[in-house]
Amino acid sequence: MSAIVVPKLEEAELLTGAQAVAHAMRQIEPDVVPVYPITPQTPIIEEFSQMVADGLCDSEIINVESEHSAMSAAVGASVAGARVMTATASQGLALMIEILYIAASMRCPIVIPIGNRALSGPINIHCDHSDAYLARDSGAVQIFAENAQEAYDYTLMAVRLAEHRKVLLPVLVNLDGFTLTHSAEVVQLLPDELVKEFVGYYRPLHPLLNVQRPTTQGPFDMPDFYYEHKRQQADATLEALGVFLEVQREYEGATGRGYRGYFEVYGLEDARFALVALGSTAGTAKAVVDELRDRGQKVGLLKPWLFRPFPHEALREALKEVEAVAVLDRALSFGSWGPLYEEVASALYPSDNRPRLHNFTYGLGGRDVTPEQIERALTLIQDPKLPRTMHYLGVRA
Amino acid sequence: MLEIRIHGRGGQGAVIASKVLAGAFFREGKWVQAFPAFGVERRGAPVTAFVRVDEEPILVRCQIYEPDQLLVLDPTLIEAVDVTQGLKPGGLVLINSERPPEAFSLGDYRIATVDAGAIALKHGLGTREQPIVNTAILGAYARASGLVSLDAVLEEIAESVPLGAEANRAAAREAYERVRLPAPAPAAKNA
Repeated sequence: MSAIVVPKLEEAELLTGAQAVAHAMRQIEPDVVPVYPITPQTPIIEEFSQMVADGLCDSEIINVESEHSAMSAAVGASVAGARVMTATASQGLALMIEILYIAASMRCPIVIPIGNRALSGPINIHCDHSDAYLARDSGAVQIFAENAQEAYDYTLMAVRLAEHRKVLLPVLVNLDGFTLTHSAEVVQLLPDELVKEFVGYYRPLHPLLNVQRPTTQGPFDMPDFYYEHKRQQADATLEALGVFLEVQREYEGATGRGYRGYFEVYGLEDARFALVALGSTAGTAKAVVDELRDRGQKVGLLKPWLFRPFPHEALREALKEVEAVAVLDRALSFGSWGPLYEEVASALYPSDNRPRLHNFTYGLGGRDVTPEQIERALTLIQDPKLPRTMHYLGVRA
Repeated sequence: MLEIRIHGRGGQGAVIASKVLAGAFFREGKWVQAFPAFGVERRGAPVTAFVRVDEEPILVRCQIYEPDQLLVLDPTLIEAVDVTQGLKPGGLVLINSERPPEAFSLGDYRIATVDAGAIALKHGLGTREQPIVNTAILGAYARASGLVSLDAVLEEIAESVPLGAEANRAAAREAYERVRLPAPAPAAKNA
């Protein structure tokens, strides 16, 4: 068993996740890319800027003075009627957050690859998911990629998801900093023409620059309308659940790459014990599942691609037969459970046959995520008496 | 799966070496993964990079703790860090050194040496204080490992080394000829 989309070796290239995403951006050829560099997003933008400088892509790059400005320019360009992308990580996303909320509320379909990195402090440049979790309630749709191939494919799909008339929301495509952004692996790109046909020509709904139909964008909203607008935004975010599957189907039709559903399941069909994990950790987890199954243990993995909106019902259905679940969170929500755990718990609450549920923190600030850590989680949850406290993997006592 | 760990110092090109080596295996139809031990790189500080090679897609994403083979770009690292930590018994250790393999008593390993520094300097790669030895050591690796062809290494250098590709290819070719192998060589480990 392996990944959902396995590249054909003879048609593939050796690329880092950052390079794969830069190629996706080149092929999408957004009108405007306001951007500020930050480790480990930097190689995405270095590669993409080189492609623009080499004339391979006609995007307008705006070098701004901060991520707050990057996101502000992105909103301005999006509202004007442009197809817009940017990219960031960690503190950069933190600085964007104020404007990310505004982008979501103004229904700006901006696609943003994120090279996931721990938030300060202490300052750290390495991978965890505290940046993605910080954006959890911003209104942006969030997708997580396991490998460079998925980061490429989902960056392309994110454009269609973001721009769908029922959605019109920013979409973050999360790829683990360094582990994916800086690692070279086998990736199969699509032909440029095929990508251009798939993403299509962007027709903005209410472009500010259309003087024939003047609009007001981003006005003050009083108590008599703010609530209705937020309600509409909430509904639109949930619409992304259906549209996500629709875009996956269209992508499969166009490319033959069969990403199906909100999450990938691996060995889960007859599993008694399951892991839930986001991003690149799922790769290592698959290797552990393979090994434990070879030893006769019925274990499996559920890897969400879609984190916002969260597919509660589908997840409940997928986990209904298991005895115990280990939810792995690569960031803390201080004073509570991990954000992914809370989603899984809330998904399972209405179930008649709830599995035992345990939360494991792991991999903070780039701590290496080893098969031993994952095996430990799968072993611990087999004990019915395991206390329901936060468990920490790979940390010194 | 074949797992290779590369030890170098910041500025020697260990990270590029990992990518070129992975690229050479990839050219020969292998699944590969190449990545550095991500640190805050400083010139001269110990740097580690990793290469995985397999006949099927590679899932695991952690660092390599029990490598099959080692490339050591700077012999002084042998005193500075425990380079053979976790190395599997009988594993190849290819060291950039002007000394013969017998000069290194590291344990139950296949030790090969190549004077990559002198070869790099001869081809104008880097400075006397800091020769760029990464491409030379890869040429030597092709010979010492027997797992990847010199042609694949040379093709990958041509494609992925932006400046001075010809000098780098010449250095790799010369290192392939001059690498000093352990005698007698046991059967190479499987890829």
